[in-house]
Amino acid sequence: MPTDFRPADPGSVGNRPPETSGADANVVLVAKGIVKTFGNHTALNNVDLALHAGEVHALLGENGAGKSTLIKIITGAYTPDHGEISVDGVQVQFTTPQQAQSAGIGTVYQEVNLLPNMTVIDNLFIGRQPRRYGLVDRKKMAREAHRILSQYGLDIDVHAELSTFSVAVQQIIAIARAVELSGKVLILDEPTASLDRTEVEKLFEIVRRLKARGLAIVFITHFLDQVFELSDRITVLRNGRLVGSETIGDLDRTSLVRMMLGKDLAFVHAEMAADDTEPSSPLMHFRDFGRSGSVNPFDLTIHRGEVIGVAGLLGSGRTEMARLMFGIDTADQGALDIDGQKICLRAPQDAVSQGFGFCPEDRKVDGIFGDLSVRENIIIAMQAKLGWLQALNRDEQMEIAEHFIEALDIRTASDDLPVKLLSGGNQQKVILARWLATDPRFLILDEPTRGIDVGAHAEIVRMISRLREDGLALIVISSELDEIVSYSSRVVVMRDRSLVAELRGAEINPSSIVRAIAAQDAEAAE
Amino acid sequence: MRTPSVKRLLSPQLVALLGVLLFNWIVFPGFFDVAWRDGRLFGSLIDVINRGAPVAILSIGMTAIIATRGVDLSVGAVMAVAGAVAATCAVTGQPVIIMLLAPLAVGMLCGLWNGFLVSILSIQPFVATLVLMVAGRGVAQLITEGSIVTFNDPVLIFIGTGSFLGLPMPAVIAIALMVGAHLLVRRTAIGLFIEAIGVNRSAANFTALRSRSLVLAIYAFGGVCAAIAGTIAAGDIRGADANNTGLWLELDAILAVVIGGTSLMGGRFSIPLSVVGALIIQAMNTGILVSGFPPEFNLIVKAGLIIIILVLQSAKLAPALHRIFKQRPVKPSIQTSEKTG
Repeated sequence: MPTDFRPADPGSVGNRPPETSGADANVVLVAKGIVKTFGNHTALNNVDLALHAGEVHALLGENGAGKSTLIKIITGAYTPDHGEISVDGVQVQFTTPQQAQSAGIGTVYQEVNLLPNMTVIDNLFIGRQPRRYGLVDRKKMAREAHRILSQYGLDIDVHAELSTFSVAVQQIIAIARAVELSGKVLILDEPTASLDRTEVEKLFEIVRRLKARGLAIVFITHFLDQVFELSDRITVLRNGRLVGSETIGDLDRTSLVRMMLGKDLAFVHAEMAADDTEPSSPLMHFRDFGRSGSVNPFDLTIHRGEVIGVAGLLGSGRTEMARLMFGIDTADQGALDIDGQKICLRAPQDAVSQGFGFCPEDRKVDGIFGDLSVRENIIIAMQAKLGWLQALNRDEQMEIAEHFIEALDIRTASDDLPVKLLSGGNQQKVILARWLATDPRFLILDEPTRGIDVGAHAEIVRMISRLREDGLALIVISSELDEIVSYSSRVVVMRDRSLVAELRGAEINPSSIVRAIAAQDAEAAE
Repeated sequence: MRTPSVKRLLSPQLVALLGVLLFNWIVFPGFFDVAWRDGRLFGSLIDVINRGAPVAILSIGMTAIIATRGVDLSVGAVMAVAGAVAATCAVTGQPVIIMLLAPLAVGMLCGLWNGFLVSILSIQPFVATLVLMVAGRGVAQLITEGSIVTFNDPVLIFIGTGSFLGLPMPAVIAIALMVGAHLLVRRTAIGLFIEAIGVNRSAANFTALRSRSLVLAIYAFGGVCAAIAGTIAAGDIRGADANNTGLWLELDAILAVVIGGTSLMGGRFSIPLSVVGALIIQAMNTGILVSGFPPEFNLIVKAGLIIIILVLQSAKLAPALHRIFKQRPVKPSIQTSEKTG
């Protein structure tokens, strides 16, 4: 009968007065001397972390630095081998995530872990439904849901299924649930990975509001801009060790990157001076290519040896355009000419036989075969192209795999390792290798650098330029304008499912791209 | 894909099979006795292989289907249909070639129907194949017109009860099919494609694998396997019994595949290990019969052994067992397992 449903007073969230000074008295959670080993590999070596009430604490590091492990220890998913954790000065030992949750530590993961086929109400209250006469009090739940979400500026139909809302809204609901459940520490694991710019703004506003309410917030991200925009304090991990913990005022971008990588990122900026040489011969021409309800007809000529950057907000039709070009969705109007021949793309097989390759946006869902080995993941597109009769034997497979593991610097203990054990950046390289093995002439990369660490990010950017020099035609979709500017010889801009602008030469700079994306209110966007 | 042979010999399935056989030998000391009579081998061990053949054959097709993250509940019913077709052909005096090919063709048709529902219409395999599981027996009854059709055709009887090189015919067929299917999937790229589809259907689509036609073909193959098993079953009893041929055998086949280490979530598979799974099931059945236990024990003993095997294979327990017995070190792979940062 009694419920642990928290009475609805926004001020009661967190049990400390909302101070933002960051003084030591405000420390909510301390992790000290944390050590965690897996087998003979030390994932965390003597790492300290102190979270302060009313602060956003960015946790940074390349993939494999130990961020996830540290978070899993704080949230009770792993138990540390050594070291101690205390919450509000009291030493605790979490053996299950539930214990951490009831101690006030809530987590929102990169992939929203709610129940997509249940309503917003159910997602907010599952496991702790308010009851009346022993039955679930649906009216009260609906009222509460409305009240909770209104604190986050969300006025939605709480009876609708969660999956009907955008990822951004789902993320906010996940945050609301985590705050309601826990309310002391909120851990956001790459919350902005799949949000567009306006959505990120909205999210940041909510985070700032929660911060003012006295929550200690851990913010994990790969976007350095966002770190500086939002965080008060930064902790950097590298190879399982603590590199440093600083307040944001003591750091500039370069020193932060140096902390993360142990090296400078100058080479990325050197690449920014993309040459303007006109690409050679035209390779293919999409004429009035479109699909109703997906992408409005567009016209695009693609040359050998050029990189076409595709910019646009999420939902602008960027990914839909890529799917159309690869035959995953079929065009219902227009035509494709390759070398003057009319080509019909009815399925990905048709695209692949024309020498196309496609690295999809969602690596985990559409890209990798998690349980298969790195080797099999690399050779599979080539094998599919060869057909089932011409099987590559194990030696041939190993030769191809090892060639690309070396050429793309894929970090894996062996080519027999299941690819799911690799870090995001290395998985991305495996998928790139998969298509390079098919000897393509046209590659479509949809957000190739999303959710991967800074080092791998720079490598992939360099790789794109190298492929272009080798004469490949590339289409690269990205939300990061700096990145697009650095490698594109041409930029097309998508808006509302239409190709609205094509920028060349000197026009290729972030501000003109933003202007093209935003159309009228370009000034506001800048 | 190819594991070193020593490691394969240590596979829990073979150890389990050996364990069951040894247990049978303890309760029935004559278990390993094999005699040569009338140009063929006789003995309990041979019985296991002979009686286990139908489920082994079903499990070959079922392995490929389950590896694509599917399942085929209709194979038992398809056995009945194929048996009915074979018997009807025999009774109506069709030429031998038709009598042998017609059941296979009907089995393939049944499989194609399942494949059509699963692959083209994207119906969940469990539900899609349930259709034929129920309807198949009706079809078989229509073919046999509600009675048990008995026949005296020497070819069919040879398939069910004859012998070749001293081994019972069903066992010979099962072994040939196992070797053939194993070579087909492993010497071509089909095995890799099946595993890729089972692991991630969406990624398979993005990699331009022809998932649809492959899944369709695999269900058709499953239907053919069921038809072969059905023909053997009919030849064995010299008749077609629409109600009882292959009854519940789909469950034994699924069990054999699971014992063989293929996950119901699809992905990695091994046809030979599924056949070993089928032999484990049959060895238990035979063991209980020869040891003189009441056959009612059979189901309980079976359940017990299944639990043991599944526990041995479980992802949670396996590392712990390794630690206790220090068999092989846990793969050093986990050290790079720091997933998305």
